Amino acid sequence: MIMGQQKPIRAILDMLAPYDKIVLAGCHGCVTVCRAGGQKEVEILGSAIRLAREAEGRPIEIREVTLERQCDPEYVETMRPYVQDYQAVLSIACGAGVQFVAEKYQTTPVLPGLDTTFIGVTEKQGIWAERCQACGDCVLHLTGGICPVARCSKSLFNGPCGGTTAEGRCEVSKDIPCGWMLIIERLRNLNMLDNYRKILPMKGWRTSRDGGPRRIVREDLTQ
Amino acid sequence: MILKAFENGADGVMVVGCLEGDCHYLTGNLRARARVGRVAKLLDEIGIGGERVQMFNLSAGEGTKFARFATEMVERIRALGPTPVNVRRGGGQKEIER
Repeated sequence: MIMGQQKPIRAILDMLAPYDKIVLAGCHGCVTVCRAGGQKEVEILGSAIRLAREAEGRPIEIREVTLERQCDPEYVETMRPYVQDYQAVLSIACGAGVQFVAEKYQTTPVLPGLDTTFIGVTEKQGIWAERCQACGDCVLHLTGGICPVARCSKSLFNGPCGGTTAEGRCEVSKDIPCGWMLIIERLRNLNMLDNYRKILPMKGWRTSRDGGPRRIVREDLTQ
Repeated sequence: MILKAFENGADGVMVVGCLEGDCHYLTGNLRARARVGRVAKLLDEIGIGGERVQMFNLSAGEGTKFARFATEMVERIRALGPTPVNVRRGGGQKEIER
């Protein structure tokens, strides 16, 4: 899922300083699962903003909504009947959701309440970790299901580098396991170490961000 | 729910859970304590004051202890006075009803 973290409350209050009547929009998608931008977080953030603004002597009116997904047009459209009655939308969806709401409501400022951080997994309740950088050219079949792009700090394709510690940690931080140590151990367990002995060609980054903003068109679905 | 209490005019909130290690929901009271801590930090950040919320632990049979905790909390909140929100609302220093 796409992971996000709420911005510091003071940063959010600064963004809202020009406004007295806003929509606070959550999303039932990824950010609900990572406990950053779902209905519960809408209620908590809404209360915090109202309390802070009232304490400052500038009460704010907040309409709290949580859309099914902010990245799909039919759900974003559900805000149309009332959005023009508000000065701004504070979205606590991921960056895609914030931008899609902004695209649909051209005359309403849309503000980000979250910092979108990575595509990742829930390791356990309250702990999330990055697993994918959406590079557009998956090689997980060669690397034992562990991504060298996302799990190696340098995104090396033929690792490990000389910065790996004796304990198999990354030189960037002892809290980061060396991605290539993980790959090698996994390939050994799978009896697929032959994969490691192959030199992987340099990665082409055109499928990633180097090719500019990406788009997928499925002709069979657009009819 | 804690923040709603402050929105509804509370000057302080005490959260009472069962004894640590003796919760019907196993770790529910420990999780509650962590969440109360998070709310306290948030209350600090928005100028309400994190000392206005506190978690207490006691068993269902400890009525006397509950009364002592409640008295402690009421005295602390009385000393702090009304929240900035209640000051703005014109509540001023109000007596906490027991």
